[in-house]
Amino acid sequence: MAGNGSGAPPVRPIRSRRARTRYPARYSAASLLWRGKRPWPRIWDSGDLASSYDAVVIGGGVHGLATAYYLASNWGITNVAVVDKGYLGGGGSGRNTAIVRSNYLTPDGVAFYDRSVQLYERLAVDLNLNVMFARRGHLTLAHSDGALRTMRWRAEVNKHQGVDSEVIGPAEIKRLVPALDVSEAPRHPILGALHHPPGGIIRHDAVVWGYARAAAALGVEMHQKTEVLDIEVAGGGGPGGNGPGGRVTGVRTNRGDISAPVVVNCTAGWASLIAAMAGVRLPISTHPLQAAVTEPVKMFLPAVVVSGSLHVYVSQTDRGELVFGAAVDPLATYDTGGSLAFAEELAGHVLQLMPGLGRMRLLRQWSGLCDMTPDYSPIIGPTPVDGFYCDVGWGTYGFKAAPVAGEQLAACIAGGDVPELIEPFTLSRFAEGRLVGEKGAAAVGH
Amino acid sequence: MLLVPCPHCGPRNSADLTLVGETGPRPDPATTTPGEWRAYLYEEENPAGWTRETWYCRLGCGRFFVTERHRAENRFRNPPLGAGDESSDRP
Repeated sequence: MAGNGSGAPPVRPIRSRRARTRYPARYSAASLLWRGKRPWPRIWDSGDLASSYDAVVIGGGVHGLATAYYLASNWGITNVAVVDKGYLGGGGSGRNTAIVRSNYLTPDGVAFYDRSVQLYERLAVDLNLNVMFARRGHLTLAHSDGALRTMRWRAEVNKHQGVDSEVIGPAEIKRLVPALDVSEAPRHPILGALHHPPGGIIRHDAVVWGYARAAAALGVEMHQKTEVLDIEVAGGGGPGGNGPGGRVTGVRTNRGDISAPVVVNCTAGWASLIAAMAGVRLPISTHPLQAAVTEPVKMFLPAVVVSGSLHVYVSQTDRGELVFGAAVDPLATYDTGGSLAFAEELAGHVLQLMPGLGRMRLLRQWSGLCDMTPDYSPIIGPTPVDGFYCDVGWGTYGFKAAPVAGEQLAACIAGGDVPELIEPFTLSRFAEGRLVGEKGAAAVGH
Repeated sequence: MLLVPCPHCGPRNSADLTLVGETGPRPDPATTTPGEWRAYLYEEENPAGWTRETWYCRLGCGRFFVTERHRAENRFRNPPLGAGDESSDRP
């Protein structure tokens, strides 16, 4: 880990050379010419469900796939099945706003996300697939003295850990993003911003497909439309032997039963339901988060712009669409319906930031489910049920953490010990009363 | 928009109210262990089905009440006036 003298944990290097040599298609220009109109082979083809695996990962999103990939590539555990009740990348991995950054508030959070940005930066090489990581820079706007104070706090914590962040004034903001209104005219004028050059955006579907393809090449099986109906636990204190003190023996799915000594819960918004099957209660409530995208226009927004006070973050994709995200809806629900109230509020806030967008049209809006924890930090690592691991509680910020979460959880599962990087984020922190308060930097709108 | 059946004001936009959270038995602070108290504070059942929850009618009558909501379909049932729950008349 570069340049931190602050006691940040050492990180195990990835041994991916062996994996890289085993990839099937290379998608080079030469292979495109050579292949012509002949059909491409499927990048993963898993066949039937086996009756036993060394590990079953529930949830075929970027977290589940990353965990499976690092189990196979770093630890040689390849007899792994990733099961998903829908399709790969159909949950939060396909609904997020694809922003990558590491400018968090707590030292634990900064070290963790910094490792994730490092992994993202070389992910295209590791997975041999272009994930289109664009290091655009990331601006978190401050509209009040209080917000500016938090930006300075975050900048100092970041710099101390070797992460590039600094507070800049309106003139510098205008130079970086000319479309922003930095005058005194808006109701909430822009007073300053936290500028984080390593932040950027990435092609989220490519990350999902890259991990799935690389994991499949190593022998991991991907089973879509495979819904977990129950988790089998023996020896616990709860009904049927589940609950704390028990040990996982397998899962029951709609396509048959699987016996497995390790079951990993990577199901984001549905995490509480899956954990309940094993008799584990989580401090999570599920909230929808709405996002929207405009029609494509020429590139004019060079950086990712975030405003906590206005509950909005904006970036421009390589196709030219503006992607907007907001805060989670305050109401805990599994309903992913969109609302006009959201679109109206979003438009009003975006126009405060960039009045020039008044005639742009929204193309579509959608929502995804966020698994919110009380301290805005994830829950990752072992649970009171032996062999049952969680990688959940990611709330509104899970996508940017997927590589490091997968890498460290794989180390936790294969190595047996909880790695230092995720030690602050274990489920036991709630019972022990050591919460990791990331509310100030993990999300917008509170 | 979700219409919440406040037992005192009638149906109101959910934006007028605050969802306080799931309603469950509160351990006695005098006898509980820190672990039990934190489980009460933090843990949620978070079902994709019916759950009993406490609402605060923030912009209306200013009272707390307990009702049951289906968290996947956002339907309410048996909006109980008071419902015999101690939290219903909390200040």
